[in-house]
Amino acid sequence: MAKPALNKFNSISKGWNLVFSIFGCLLSLLMIVPMVLVFIVSFSPEISIAERGFSFTPMYFTLEGYGYLMKMGDQILDSYLITIAHTFTGTLCSLTLMSMFSYVLAQRNFPARKFMTWILSFTMMFSGGLVPSYMLNVNYYGLYDTFWIFILPSLVSAYNVIILRTFIQTTIPDTLFEAARIDGAGHFRVFTTIVLPLFKAGLATIGLFNVVSRWNDWFTGHMYIQTPELVPIQTLLQKIQANIDFLKNNAAISGTPDAMEMMRNLPTQNLRMACTVIVVLPILCAYPFFQRYFVSGLTVGSVKG
Amino acid sequence: MAEISRIRHPNKRRFFRREDLPLYIMALPTIIFLLMFCYAPMFGLVMAFQDFKVDKGFFGSQFVGLKNFEFLFSSTDAWVITRNTVCYNLVFIVVNTSLAILMSLMLSELHSGKMAKTLQTIYMLPYFLAWTVVAIVLSGFLDRGYGLVNKIIQAVGGKGKTDWYKERELWPWLFVALNAWKGVGYNTVLYLAVISGISNDYYEAAVLDGASKFQQARYITLPHLRTVMCITLIMSLGGIFRGDFGLFYSVTKDSGRLYPVSDVIDTYIYRSLTTMSNAGMTAAAGFYQSVVGFLTLIFANWVVTKIDADSAMF
Repeated sequence: MAKPALNKFNSISKGWNLVFSIFGCLLSLLMIVPMVLVFIVSFSPEISIAERGFSFTPMYFTLEGYGYLMKMGDQILDSYLITIAHTFTGTLCSLTLMSMFSYVLAQRNFPARKFMTWILSFTMMFSGGLVPSYMLNVNYYGLYDTFWIFILPSLVSAYNVIILRTFIQTTIPDTLFEAARIDGAGHFRVFTTIVLPLFKAGLATIGLFNVVSRWNDWFTGHMYIQTPELVPIQTLLQKIQANIDFLKNNAAISGTPDAMEMMRNLPTQNLRMACTVIVVLPILCAYPFFQRYFVSGLTVGSVKG
Repeated sequence: MAEISRIRHPNKRRFFRREDLPLYIMALPTIIFLLMFCYAPMFGLVMAFQDFKVDKGFFGSQFVGLKNFEFLFSSTDAWVITRNTVCYNLVFIVVNTSLAILMSLMLSELHSGKMAKTLQTIYMLPYFLAWTVVAIVLSGFLDRGYGLVNKIIQAVGGKGKTDWYKERELWPWLFVALNAWKGVGYNTVLYLAVISGISNDYYEAAVLDGASKFQQARYITLPHLRTVMCITLIMSLGGIFRGDFGLFYSVTKDSGRLYPVSDVIDTYIYRSLTTMSNAGMTAAAGFYQSVVGFLTLIFANWVVTKIDADSAMF
């Protein structure tokens, strides 16, 4: 990514390079170390936490926290599945709608193009905000405490459509459309057989942005979900953070006397960190591989269009 | 003109042409979405002027003029939340932008491209963490009983019993630091992408003219970053009346003691909405947020147009 030093004369001296490198590495530690603490605590035994607090050097390492996570079972698993389900269904639906709409906006001689671009862009500048949306979703659309609340209100992001449109306009030449149309292919044919295959990189970028933001969304669950089986994992994490008892209560309600006994002796701190780890792990693992897509998406997004 | 338009030109561009039908069909789901989830809530803002009752809805509730606004602005809350929201956002913009520019300049000068790439990957990592996760990570440090900070204070002989979630003086700094921690990598990557796209010819010419590294950054790199900076700036200014809910609610554990420094318009609206104390006034706060934010955006864009038309957003 860094621009190659064009010649010996115009690169910084070895000394400065060393200074910058060391400083850069220190900064990167600042980004990583807090996460490392969470990882270590999640593998620490509860007695060690009671004695030393959250520490980089626990007495010994154990899977205790994860063991309890397994035993609490249902709530965590349900939440995890809900998150996976809404993330992937949502992203798929979003991509379908947004790719079709961006194809329409990329048609230079479609008379309604200007108007449609305008009504889309306006939503970037002005929005009704939380209160009317909440009232509509709950009282008019009946989305309260349903799975659809995760999907529908976040289907189309104007910003992403603009990025996709720019992708189409810059990577697929107009002449290709014209040629296909002259050969008698309808818009649906052109879209599915010509645009979509050429469009993979763009869709991957936007898809990834979408997956991350849906995976990280805790607010929707916090606002609209009551049934424990529908609470996504991020919202669960927020609840645990505010009050670890949420987990205990839910397990106790559904549990046998044995389970209640277990709940009473439940460690809370390493369990909480273990829960955090399983939430961020998928993103942390996938991220380095997809990073280049993010970068290319950022760059296209900053192109005026 | 009127005469001509009366004659039907079959080939003249009309708004609806039969061959465009598939395009309308493809656009239809999105149009429906926009109407239901973007434009209907805008219309829903009328509830700011109503004595809104859930059972009567948007059409049945009584209009009360500006009463909700009078109620909102007669409390000191309105001033506090506006001040917090706007000031934090301004500081966030300045801190994040300048840090990101410095860091991208630094990374672009590193001899090893591989190292620069690895570092930028790491810097961007916190960007992908939800605020709920950041909240837990932070509690690892600030927790009263177990947190690393209190344990360290104890280790060096202090009492280490402070409940950091009640320390008002600490949090403004913490908000800025956390926001930078989470967001600066994103901007760094963005600026770095632009820097790597600058043609080397500029720098070669500058070297021939005897320009120092500093002068090159000042007169070549920064001017090239201007367009991206302006667009990010306009966007951030448009959001200046929107507080980052996760940061101010989840990370502070919604601690009541911190409200004077942590309450922003969004947390205020959320609180009034969930307690349902007064739907009309809550909507008034939302209306105020949306409209003033919109005006700021228009104004920021207008200012940029005056200074440098090419960098404006629209």
